[in-house]
Amino acid sequence: MTLTRDDIIDFIYDEARMLDEGRFSEWLDLWIPEGHYWMPLDYKQTDPDLVTSLLYEDDFMRRLRVERLNGERTFSQKPKSRCHHVIQRPFVDEFDLDAGHFVTNTSMHYIETRLDEQFLLAITATHELRLVDGKLRIANKRVDLLNSDAAFGNIQLLP
Amino acid sequence: MGKYTDNPAAVAALVEQHQVHRDTYIDQEIYELEMKHLFSNTWVFVGHDSQTPTKGDYITTQIGNQPVIMVRHSDNEIYVLYNRCPHKGTKIAIDRAGNTGKFFRCPYHAWSFKTNGCLLAIPLKKGYADTAFKDSEANHGLEPVGDVKNYRGFVFARLAKQGISFEDYFGEAMSSFDNMVDRAPEGRLEVAGPPLRYMHQCNWKMLVDNQTDTCHPMVAHESSAGTAVKLFEEANWPEDKPKPMAMEIIAPFMSPYEFFEEMGIRTWPNGHGHTGVHHSIHSDYTQEPEYWDAMVAGHGEERTEEILSEIRHNTVYWPNIMIKGPVQQLRNFIPLGPNKTLVESYIYRLVGAPDYLLQRTAMYNRLINAPTSMVGHDDLEMYERAQEGLHAQSTEWINIQRLHTEEENYDEIAVENGTTERQMRNQMNAWVKFMTMTMSDKVEAAE
Repeated sequence: MTLTRDDIIDFIYDEARMLDEGRFSEWLDLWIPEGHYWMPLDYKQTDPDLVTSLLYEDDFMRRLRVERLNGERTFSQKPKSRCHHVIQRPFVDEFDLDAGHFVTNTSMHYIETRLDEQFLLAITATHELRLVDGKLRIANKRVDLLNSDAAFGNIQLLP
Repeated sequence: MGKYTDNPAAVAALVEQHQVHRDTYIDQEIYELEMKHLFSNTWVFVGHDSQTPTKGDYITTQIGNQPVIMVRHSDNEIYVLYNRCPHKGTKIAIDRAGNTGKFFRCPYHAWSFKTNGCLLAIPLKKGYADTAFKDSEANHGLEPVGDVKNYRGFVFARLAKQGISFEDYFGEAMSSFDNMVDRAPEGRLEVAGPPLRYMHQCNWKMLVDNQTDTCHPMVAHESSAGTAVKLFEEANWPEDKPKPMAMEIIAPFMSPYEFFEEMGIRTWPNGHGHTGVHHSIHSDYTQEPEYWDAMVAGHGEERTEEILSEIRHNTVYWPNIMIKGPVQQLRNFIPLGPNKTLVESYIYRLVGAPDYLLQRTAMYNRLINAPTSMVGHDDLEMYERAQEGLHAQSTEWINIQRLHTEEENYDEIAVENGTTERQMRNQMNAWVKFMTMTMSDKVEAAE
């Protein structure tokens, strides 16, 4: 079976559904351990390391985040938040079957809610995917918020 | 007029040494009086001069609820001006940062002003020729605030034209700023990128109180720091492999009560104070030899030893900032209403130091201070629950009695057990002082 562009696109849709359904442990397994989940603070930021980002999470931090969401004494998740991604069909910007390397660019509306509060973020997600043992994996994911420089309240789940 | 305006006795009665009335946290009139008195009479943080490195560079920000521009003038000095055209009130600049060249120009009627605020030109000026314009306030240009001080790069302002001097206001408390700046081999800091901006639906003083509250980390942060410690133990990390930087930062939040008791709290007059007199949660950070060498080259061995052995935790500069010297970080708690606070968290680069220090500083900021940070979620949940809970028709008082003694004198410097709430008492003592010092007493006069 040969991987097609549609398989790449389906992967992005499946990830969004996983997050919306709260299947965070499955989501962790989508990642290559060395990969980073990056949410820049500044519009068109290029450096994740020496200026502040909203998120720049490695495997340990991703696991901590997911583990904490289910914690007995995680008071900011009592009651729990819920999220919802509405995604536009991803652009497959790079499709290199031989190298097993793919890059997508996806526009999304992300909604998160808890108690009586709900907010909307307009985001662009850039996924770098790799084929590992015949399966697609997230090598890196960058999430740019349209209003990344605005003041936010808590963003507790995973845009 | 409500029950507190022009009534200093009623304002002072809101603070007893061991407890504080809830109106200081939830009342609209008290908030407005804080803006008028407290944030006018005290020295408030404005910005860092590396945010405006060249002539004409400016930032816009606010002191209390007052919109201001911080700008570098042609004489290379930093000026702080009210961001209001003297003509119709239009804000002169609204970009968070920019360069205005040699002068500001109002976008509404093109009145222009030098970067020290002086009125430069008005189009069609003959229209004012036969008026008494030269005697009007509009002729004064963009008004500067009462006084400005640039302390080793950190710019503070006092809105009131007269009042306490910078030196008398801060005194020995500036030692925490000194330590933060001295940690740079070249003895100066530079701002690193824009600040995190985190909106809190709670009173600004809840954030200030929390900075020296050493009995909450092991409780409120059990969800984040406790889980981190547990995951790390399960990971069977090889002993010879360096601990992840994130663990160095987050694990000490779970230190036991004794650790915080022994670390000590020092309070200074006028509401300033810090935790971590003897050690702190920043004490065990990895130090690379190349940083030590750079410090010794800049300061000499003896001074380097002195500077790096002072590892303070949080220093509160009353009313509304906190710095972490060992992490080169400043948090600005900007009051937007009795129940709304914008928190801006800045990081700085130690000029002449290796990059790993800035890497840790940036990581600390996103792990602890971001709206996406787990530790931030823990804290904000508590503040917002308290802001709502205070409205209950139960007791009207907030208790700040831990380790309180009858003999406390906040005009004296003191070092005490690290779990004392003395610094919160010190803050509210200063609150009364700077709230009432310029308040007229029309109520008592009328009685």
